[in-house]
Amino acid sequence: MTDTTLSGQMPLSSPANVSVKRKPLTVRRVLLYIFLITLTAIWLLPFFSALLTSLRTQSEISLNGFWQPDLTSLTFQNFIDAWNQARIPNYLGNSFMVTIPALIATLFLSSLSAFALARYKFKLAIPLYFMFVAGTMLPFQILLLPVFKLANDLNLYNTRWALIIIHTAFQMGFCTMVLRNYMKTIPNDIVEAARVDGCSDFRIYWQIIMPLTLPALAALATLEFTWIFNDYLWALILVQSEALKPITAGLAGLRGQFTTNWPLITAGSLIGVLPTLFVFAFLQRYFIQGLTLGSGK
Amino acid sequence: MASMTSTAGERPAAPIKRVRQKFQKAPYLFLLIPLAIYGMWIIFPTLFSVYLSLTNWNGIDAIPGPDRLNFNNYVRLLGIGRPADPDFITSFGNNLKWMLVFLTVPTTAGLGLAMIFNTDIRGSRWFKISFYAPLILSFVVIGNIWMWIYEPQSGIVNSVIVSVSQFLGSIIPGYTPLTRGPGWLADRNLALWAILGAAVWRQVGYVMILYLAGLKNLDPSLIEAARVDGATGWQLFRKVIFPLLGPITTVVMVISVIDSLRSFDLVQVMTQGGPGGASNVLANFMYIEAFNNYQFGYGAAIAVTLLSLSLIIIIPYLYRSAKTELEY
Repeated sequence: MTDTTLSGQMPLSSPANVSVKRKPLTVRRVLLYIFLITLTAIWLLPFFSALLTSLRTQSEISLNGFWQPDLTSLTFQNFIDAWNQARIPNYLGNSFMVTIPALIATLFLSSLSAFALARYKFKLAIPLYFMFVAGTMLPFQILLLPVFKLANDLNLYNTRWALIIIHTAFQMGFCTMVLRNYMKTIPNDIVEAARVDGCSDFRIYWQIIMPLTLPALAALATLEFTWIFNDYLWALILVQSEALKPITAGLAGLRGQFTTNWPLITAGSLIGVLPTLFVFAFLQRYFIQGLTLGSGK
Repeated sequence: MASMTSTAGERPAAPIKRVRQKFQKAPYLFLLIPLAIYGMWIIFPTLFSVYLSLTNWNGIDAIPGPDRLNFNNYVRLLGIGRPADPDFITSFGNNLKWMLVFLTVPTTAGLGLAMIFNTDIRGSRWFKISFYAPLILSFVVIGNIWMWIYEPQSGIVNSVIVSVSQFLGSIIPGYTPLTRGPGWLADRNLALWAILGAAVWRQVGYVMILYLAGLKNLDPSLIEAARVDGATGWQLFRKVIFPLLGPITTVVMVISVIDSLRSFDLVQVMTQGGPGGASNVLANFMYIEAFNNYQFGYGAAIAVTLLSLSLIIIIPYLYRSAKTELEY
């Protein structure tokens, strides 16, 4: 959730690629590939470490060491144990029950404010826009204690509502900024034509602007899903009972519960990654677009 | 928020103008609910943190009233006229180290990788995926995975160190091989750097994505012109491409600074600030003071200090954006 991206308009479709073509120097190419493959292998090592560990038992690792796994004793038992003993299905369910409503609310509300800021000329348009931009750059620690207090006072502490509301509110800044900049790029004649035809403001928003904003909404939805789903801080602050904890808080608690059972901890973590992995696998393009959407011009 | 300025009384005006003025109520109607939520959960809490920082609230009793405000928390934290809180010094120093690393390592690596993948490398798609895959993981998962990597006995890092050392011992006479590697997260001097290893692992792909997007949006004709003028390789990069990437570099730098000031999750998961507070960053220091020591007022003062540090970056950036926005 740490990713900040900043104001600006970047077209979703990328224009011609500036490929810096080099002469096919074979030796150089081979060296480059060796370098890349080595670096990539190092980069993937943590995944490999987790995957291999999740298929072994702690005693077998202690006996043989990390690099000499007894391949005959590989087992899926850790995944089964994580699923059954570590409440993973419960945590995952909670994550979805927070992420989906928060995602919908964020996108809907942001599209409203973005529409107002992008398509109307009024005195507060620029100050309000910068208020949202500033909000995306805020260190969220500044909100921590008052939000904790507020949630308590409103009897929202230790409920999913608290998480849904704070995610919606916090992500609204970023989404408003991105959508506002995107909506600004929509040509004015379309809107004017509709207006002349007597189209109401809400219909202009809902039937003209929103359909044209779908690419940006898709990119944001993918990115925001990952961010909200992966949040740990607010789960730590606003939810206490095991029955309500999202997957991040649940996984962080595994070490307390299964102290040195690393195979089980890694297996649980890998299961916890599946939803975002799934989104990434199928919506990768949108995810990348979302990340670059907010950044500079 | 913004009172619903009733624009356009019934002033006789040209028809087109009337349509425009009648319109003015609309933006506020669209903004009503978003602003109400934003105001209540973002703006108000930000300001309220400043208020709390002037109290000695313990998080449980009633919040002290306006008549009992003072700067004691700041005096204790920043040590005006006396030594500052040593935990503050450590945490702040760690934030600075974090920032220094984030401003140099993932930025250079991300730019380098983006330059490589912007050429026609076969299989670049798969290479790229490997580098940005960490971005989809939560910090908790990254923390769990890396804690195991750093595990002193059987973790991957020490396994390699010990094996290499044993191998060296077998070929270099007089060299005594290590029997065990460093304690990493349990070592006062290494804990923060070990956490930073995991943080950098995640950040490189992010910077790479931003630079790749920037490179795609460069005007090919400028590169072509430079090439016609005889610029090649490193020169082309240094004199033409890198300056053209300036706006992206600014964004990357701002993101790096803000991310390093925001850092919390990885420290919380991997060491909880330990051993002995050695790997605390301001955010964790604040969390501990508030939720473990029930010093909410003091915690708020730490948060406000953190915010002030962020403002050093946020304000110039907003100012710059505002200028371009108004021109536009």
